[in-house]
Amino acid sequence: MPKTETMTKVFARPRSLTEKKFTYCPGCHHGLITRILGGAIDKLGIQERTVVVAPVGCAVFAYEWFRCDGVQAAHGRAAAVATGIKRANPDLVVISYQGDGDLAAIGTAETIHAANRGEAITVIFVNNQIYGMTGGQMAPTTLDGQATTSSPRGRDPATMGHPLRVAEMIAALQAPMYVTRQALYDAKHIAQATRAVEKALRYQVEKRGYSLVEILANCPTGWKMPPVKANEHIAATVTGVFPLGDLVDRG
Amino acid sequence: MTERQLMTGNEAMAEAAIRAGCRTYFGYPITPQNEILEYMAAHLPAAGGAFVQAESEVAAINMCYGASAAGVRTMTSSSSPGISLKLEGISYLAGADLPCVIVNVMRGGPGLGNIAPAQGDYFQATKGGGHGDYRVIVLAPSTVQEAAELVGLAFDLSDRYRVPAMILADGMLGQMMEPVALPPHRDPATLPPKPWALTGAKGREPNYVASFALDPKDLRELNLRRHERYREIAAREVRWEEVATEDAHVLLVAYGTMGRIAKTVVRRARGEGLKVGLLRPITLWPFPYAPIRELAARVRAVLTVELSAGQMWEDVRLAVEGRCPTPFYGEMGGVVPTPDEVLAEVKRLA
Amino acid sequence: MERSVVFAGFGGQGVLLAGKILARAAMEEGLEVTWLPSYGPEMRGGTANCTVVIADEPIGSPIVDRPDVLLAMNGPSLDRFEPRVAPGGTVIVNRSLIERPLRRTDVKGVYLQANDLARELGEPRAANMVALGAVVRALGVVPLEAVGQAIGEELGAKGRERLVEVNRAALERGHQKSGAPPSPPHFSRPG
Repeated sequence: MPKTETMTKVFARPRSLTEKKFTYCPGCHHGLITRILGGAIDKLGIQERTVVVAPVGCAVFAYEWFRCDGVQAAHGRAAAVATGIKRANPDLVVISYQGDGDLAAIGTAETIHAANRGEAITVIFVNNQIYGMTGGQMAPTTLDGQATTSSPRGRDPATMGHPLRVAEMIAALQAPMYVTRQALYDAKHIAQATRAVEKALRYQVEKRGYSLVEILANCPTGWKMPPVKANEHIAATVTGVFPLGDLVDRG
Repeated sequence: MTERQLMTGNEAMAEAAIRAGCRTYFGYPITPQNEILEYMAAHLPAAGGAFVQAESEVAAINMCYGASAAGVRTMTSSSSPGISLKLEGISYLAGADLPCVIVNVMRGGPGLGNIAPAQGDYFQATKGGGHGDYRVIVLAPSTVQEAAELVGLAFDLSDRYRVPAMILADGMLGQMMEPVALPPHRDPATLPPKPWALTGAKGREPNYVASFALDPKDLRELNLRRHERYREIAAREVRWEEVATEDAHVLLVAYGTMGRIAKTVVRRARGEGLKVGLLRPITLWPFPYAPIRELAARVRAVLTVELSAGQMWEDVRLAVEGRCPTPFYGEMGGVVPTPDEVLAEVKRLA
Repeated sequence: MERSVVFAGFGGQGVLLAGKILARAAMEEGLEVTWLPSYGPEMRGGTANCTVVIADEPIGSPIVDRPDVLLAMNGPSLDRFEPRVAPGGTVIVNRSLIERPLRRTDVKGVYLQANDLARELGEPRAANMVALGAVVRALGVVPLEAVGQAIGEELGAKGRERLVEVNRAALERGHQKSGAPPSPPHFSRPG
């Protein structure tokens, strides 16, 4: 760490992130998650053998933010693309970074079957309960009653179903090594989520198998809420629907 | 001569892929191509490769996308309805300039159709199928031997030009057996390097594989460069076979299974003193426009024969450009005409 | 030279395997050959058939308008394929299961009790090989020994020597029986 007479550098951009500016909205958790992931890659020293699979969604550019090899997958297919990479070259560390529309709607089949095969990949699942990139439509994880541009009178469970609990669904399978749900609404939870991401990656490095880290994220723009209020909403309401904690840890 | 083995077209294509250095295969069961999947399940792991029975054709083609991005020769196979599902992935492969070999053992359609041999996917294979301005190299074998050889060629062309390549076969070729002299084994380590592949950014800048370019000028540029390669392919890689065309009055144009049936038609017609020849396209894209055009100036009619309502026929007419009449004879729904039935049609023209 | 044969029966009678063994023998003899099966749902208990074309030059169509030889292992197969046989061709009729003579007079009939002969040899499932013996004689382009050899290659996994042996015996029996002067068959019902 560079040191001068008066100052010590205690915070820096992770080495495994590029200089490219994020395209996320102010206050959005995606940037934080990208940073946590970059830090974990640094910590495990795996930048030179990591491949990041980017989804279609707000994280569509994710493959360019890491100083790692990267690939952009079709909407919903990231788990299948990650499977292909990992099977082709098991020495690579493969991270699939996906949002809720990508992973839990159009990509449900790919998600479940990659998990069920126990593919040795790490899935970072960003659950912000909305389609951000396309302008705030209802996601499979949208809360009951939550208004979106495609559920303007609020999600009606009678015709639109209830929010899909992905971590619980994946935890019901026998193969996954680590399934957890984390949040980022305060410093304590950021620290916990960071440890969870590190563990999920470590399990892959140690060739243990599949892991999924679901992260409850905000979407200030889509939710039409200032970031601080959005964080409070996660703590007060969203965690009630999506309980935090480890669901499976077979490590 | 290399020792010949008795194999179905499906088995021969699978074995030829392994011999060509294919080390990942992803597929989903569908008749009449299941033997490819089963052969790969039995033999690819022993060759050091990875086999995955995917949850769908959609997943399978995207697994290919991943494996190809990782720099490994990869293949998937399916039959017509399954290829429809793969089209999204094929468009992404094309957009990301990734090589991949896709085998379509065509069956009757549209919809669920049936499992009998058909050639109704010509448009889908040669005119894009998926979204966007892209091309796929399309090779159409007519014998089990040729199927084995074209699989190897498909891998080579696909790697060389970074364009997906499709083998357009049909249920008859997939299910029938013939003696085949298999090509020699190639060690994947001896194949040309892929510096663009995702192998880990060690000692180099990261490689990115994507079909994404938000700025219209960037995407236009990517497309223009890709189309330059397409022009190069069209100039260099057209393949076809001619039978008895030198003095032909009637030229048959037929590919794949219909192409070999047409050979028998030519033989019988010649036996009866009729001057009939055959041009059998081996590459459907790029299509042999020039040789057909040249022959069209010398014959009285160009008869296209297909197991479809007339799909390749459109390309034949583009090639002929009105130089002579261009009648069509086709069957659909899995019905395959016998040589005599086609011969009767030829006699009406000769 | 180009000769063709249709093997037809119901699923489980081994007509596809009989055709495959003939195709293998032809290949080993250095000939060109195609084996084209019916495939799909009808494999499971319905009718099954395959067409084998043998030639000394590359084969065009594996589909045959007029087969030189038809092996009919059951009645429906005879009904379906008899009209297609080339004039002057041969129809091998499995007398064990078929109750009618040929309707056509321009083809040669070979009547063979394939199932009964196989049973006599102690292997009822070898009726297809008995019939194959008759096909080999009718075709006249592949030596019987080559076909016997092909049986070994097709069935000859370790520990199956007896199976190979009895199938070869069935092949030879069918070949021999089909060469005997035709005895006027008696049918319970007319064609």
